[in-house]
Amino acid sequence: MSLYQLQKFLYELNRDDSVKENFHSDIEALISQFDLSTEESNALREGDIGLLYVLGVNGQILMHYAALLGIEWFDYLEMMREGVTKYGPVRAGVYAMTGGGESFTVEGKQEEIEEEIEEGKAQ
Amino acid sequence: MSLVYAGVLSHAPGITGRADLVKNTEKRDEFYAALDRQRQEIEDSGAEALIVIAAEHFANFFMNNMPAYCIGIGNRYEGPIEDPAWLKIEKTSVPGAPDLATRLTKEVMRTVDTAYAEEWKFDHGIMVPLNFLTPRYDMPIIPVNINCQGPPLTPLNRTWEFGAALRRACDSVPEKVALVGTGGISHWPATPDSGKINEPWDREFLDRLLRNDKEALLSYKDEETYQEAGQGGFEIRTYIAAAAAAKGQGELQFYTAELPIFAVGCTVAKFSISE
Repeated sequence: MSLYQLQKFLYELNRDDSVKENFHSDIEALISQFDLSTEESNALREGDIGLLYVLGVNGQILMHYAALLGIEWFDYLEMMREGVTKYGPVRAGVYAMTGGGESFTVEGKQEEIEEEIEEGKAQ
Repeated sequence: MSLVYAGVLSHAPGITGRADLVKNTEKRDEFYAALDRQRQEIEDSGAEALIVIAAEHFANFFMNNMPAYCIGIGNRYEGPIEDPAWLKIEKTSVPGAPDLATRLTKEVMRTVDTAYAEEWKFDHGIMVPLNFLTPRYDMPIIPVNINCQGPPLTPLNRTWEFGAALRRACDSVPEKVALVGTGGISHWPATPDSGKINEPWDREFLDRLLRNDKEALLSYKDEETYQEAGQGGFEIRTYIAAAAAAKGQGELQFYTAELPIFAVGCTVAKFSISE
């Protein structure tokens, strides 16, 4: 368990453009600089948002990382829910899911909104 | 008296980044109009610099060396750290106010052991407010942080003292200074519960805040706040510090819980500056 190191990896990645370059060019070299478990290293290699969430990565750090990976908003929320389904409840920190994973946004999926906008234009 | 404006506003990244996903566009535009009025009020105050009391999200400070309070004394700041396409705010350079900020820091230090920083990267917690309040990025900014992310967090009574110290500091300089506190009230951002808002809790907090009822504000307990207002509720510290600085009563200029895609009860308020 090295949540501190895992979060530090993502913290430095999120805020530092040179680390972002290393992340894209040689992720193994970057991973080797941190004291991470196999599970944590694999979560980073695979961009496994759900597992990183369950491991207890601070939600703000994880949100910025998901944005860096180019994950759409509703997909990102769904990945966290799927992580809880697959790996169980959040193990650390203060960003645990409070209910059964229901959606609190009435806006729905981005593509549905785009469809509605297109329909609106057509009318 | 050189504190010429004090107010509060929300800063959630969705406010800019997910503007296109809003269904209630009428409510969204009312919110944007309230933010623009706040910009106008700050400009009309004649402020020469803007203090932004923020609750940053790991753009600068981490658990290797986490300050309870920090004041930016840099010459320039860069932001946002986030993907500009995600936040829908372009990367930009923002002027600081190094001389003024250093004098303010020295005065604050007479009563509160604040950290200071010459380097500071802005995340959405400051960039979203600036996007609306100083859209040309031409006003000198003094970033101030209260740790609301990495527990243990500073207690609310100390937060009040920090806000009061900022006020004494502003009153000790000849420049006209504006101040905003920016945070969320109840919200569960960056969790699957994003969009959850406890509106009655928000309304009660805003009532205490705008009456500037110190005792009622400081009676919140973090454990209860976490249960009822989420981890995002810890950011009430920024509002409490602003109230302590203003000393006067406040006026709620906008609030809605009807924009859950922004993941926060969207708030704009101003305080009267009292002795």
